[in-house]
Amino acid sequence: MKYVSEYRGAKLVQGVLEQINETITRPWVLMEICGGQTHSIVRHGLDQLLPEEIELVHGPGCPVCVTSLELIDKALAIAGMPNVILASYGDMLRVPGSGRDLFSVRASGGDVRVVYSPLDAVKIAQENPDKEVVFFAIGFETTAPPNAMAVVQAKSLGLENFSMLVSHVRVPPAMHAILGSPHNRVQGFLAAGHVCAVMGYWEYGPIAEQYNVPIVVTGFEPLDIARGILRVVQLLEANQALADNAYARAVTLEGNQPAQELIRRVFEPCDRNWRGIGMIPGSGWCLRAEFRGYDAGLRFDVEAIQPKESPLCIAGEILQGLKKPFDCTAFGRQCTPETPLGATMVSSEGACAAYYRYAHIDVPESS
Amino acid sequence: MKDDQQDLVIIHGLVCPRPLSHEDTIVLGHGSGGRMTQRLIEKTFYPPFENPTLLRGDDAAVVELPAEGRLAVTTDGHIVSPLFFPGGDIGRLAVCGTANDLAMVGAQPRWLTASFIIEEGLPRFLLERVTQSMKDAAEESGLIIVGGDTKVTERGKADGLFITTTGVGWIPADRNVSGANARSGDALLISGTIGDHGIAVLAARGELAFQADVESDLAPLNGMVEAMFDVCPSIHVLRDPTRGGVATTLNEIARQSNAAIVLDETAIPVRPAVDAACEMLGFDPLYVANEGKLLACVPHEDAEKVLAVMRETKYGADACQIGIVEDDPAGRVLMKTAIGGTRVIDVLAGEMLPRIC
Repeated sequence: MKYVSEYRGAKLVQGVLEQINETITRPWVLMEICGGQTHSIVRHGLDQLLPEEIELVHGPGCPVCVTSLELIDKALAIAGMPNVILASYGDMLRVPGSGRDLFSVRASGGDVRVVYSPLDAVKIAQENPDKEVVFFAIGFETTAPPNAMAVVQAKSLGLENFSMLVSHVRVPPAMHAILGSPHNRVQGFLAAGHVCAVMGYWEYGPIAEQYNVPIVVTGFEPLDIARGILRVVQLLEANQALADNAYARAVTLEGNQPAQELIRRVFEPCDRNWRGIGMIPGSGWCLRAEFRGYDAGLRFDVEAIQPKESPLCIAGEILQGLKKPFDCTAFGRQCTPETPLGATMVSSEGACAAYYRYAHIDVPESS
Repeated sequence: MKDDQQDLVIIHGLVCPRPLSHEDTIVLGHGSGGRMTQRLIEKTFYPPFENPTLLRGDDAAVVELPAEGRLAVTTDGHIVSPLFFPGGDIGRLAVCGTANDLAMVGAQPRWLTASFIIEEGLPRFLLERVTQSMKDAAEESGLIIVGGDTKVTERGKADGLFITTTGVGWIPADRNVSGANARSGDALLISGTIGDHGIAVLAARGELAFQADVESDLAPLNGMVEAMFDVCPSIHVLRDPTRGGVATTLNEIARQSNAAIVLDETAIPVRPAVDAACEMLGFDPLYVANEGKLLACVPHEDAEKVLAVMRETKYGADACQIGIVEDDPAGRVLMKTAIGGTRVIDVLAGEMLPRIC
């Protein structure tokens, strides 16, 4: 495939790997923020080709994984209500809430539909004026512009039967949370290229300086990731803590200004609970006052929910880079993609699912 | 006088309302087992499927065995939305799917029965298009449709049309093909590009925000299989990677044979349009359904001549070797990635494409 296969070619990747080998002099712990990068690393087997001095730990950048259990339970409750159509990205259907998932709600009669874009949910609302259509708006900065656009469009169409259950999260506050932790091991970051395509990377310079870590904007193909790693290693070896861009074909310092404007028009920062991590102040986006009418959390009266996590699941520590999927006693045993105990085993961007799918050779097979 | 006239009822002649004939649409009565069912069978099913065994009209078809050998029997339910998609329809799917299941154990497809569950309201001409496709596919694959059944459900209780088929094939005496027969050193062959059917059906549903110029690969493969046996009587494994895709089928073979399968990522043929659609949707073509492809494990030394005859057949032009069978790690499928790494290929965990077939 043109413009993709070029970035998956063995020769170019090998060349960058050689440069990494020549540059590195000591062990470094790097975190790739984005679950899409985790997925790509194990899918292409890049982790096996890196020098052993590099330890990659996997970050919290999987929106499905960090969406709080309370919100998932809320979505399950709303989806089970009569006269409601819940539209969601496909990945969310198998994420376990406290006891069930959206698939089981659908099987017991709930109208749950998979959409590929929030604008599809707006269309469903137009086509079903007698139903309440709720879009489960999860995601990082990457999906915020289309979700904001859906609300703007619903408003301009005068759609009163459309609302969103908003669970937006932002990368920079999560980086502060990880770097500010006394347990932090991360010495350098691969920043998420898609997030930066929207937001730019002007927010990362101050973080790099404050915590003395290099942060390099990195893409998703093997060659992109190898180049991101090379740049982080170069900065680490040179003792330079700054934000740099190794994904210049998609990312500029300022980012996509119209998209940022749209986000600012519809959303405002708020505190957000991250599944497995906890409350991170100012880490979310909520609908601004003038769009509150589209907030499904306010529109639907869902009784107080007592969320209950599996006691075995260590997803929280995995998402903070403290542990790896293989450290979990339930991995590949009680917890598999068919019977996930935590969200990191569900999403294709979840670290556990990525390990299970591509790298779990030593773990007993699920039966 | 005026008032009297208003009260007057003018009778033009006694009439009894004649029932509508429902020639154009399937209604519940077509599944009653009575005259309407009989007429449906005679007008819609008999003409395309006509053969002496079927027309005998007994409760079960009676067939003659061609020669010594064993019989293979398979059954399959077919549901697909939409009923018609680029490259095929549910009728062709029902016949080819059954022919292929038979061919994958080395059987020559012979006889087929089909059970039709029809949702009330299905236009008659659509049903006739389906039976015509079944006829064409049956002729191509050598299947004779020897029996069937028709039921009609109330509206909303079936998705247009479900077809369940049972096929019987005859296995010549010297063939021994099974998913358990893969041996270390075997070459793993595929008959062409992967993922075409799954993406074609998904695109045909019109739910994607883009259009994919992809046709389903739906085809009967028994002709290719016969050609392969002609040059290599000792084919070890044949499988058609339908639902769950190549990855899931290879895991079944690895497990059944207690062997390792090692794929070469760069050798796996994928159409650019399928590759692009998968890339956009976050799918891996290895898990996307095929309906006209086969995987074969053959002794290494026979690989080239088997590939040569596959490439000469109508549905095997892009046949190639995509991997090898090894001893370790037994029961697992690995892939050498394009950049030189190795990854595990696991089975499909759950639903990837909602209801393809």
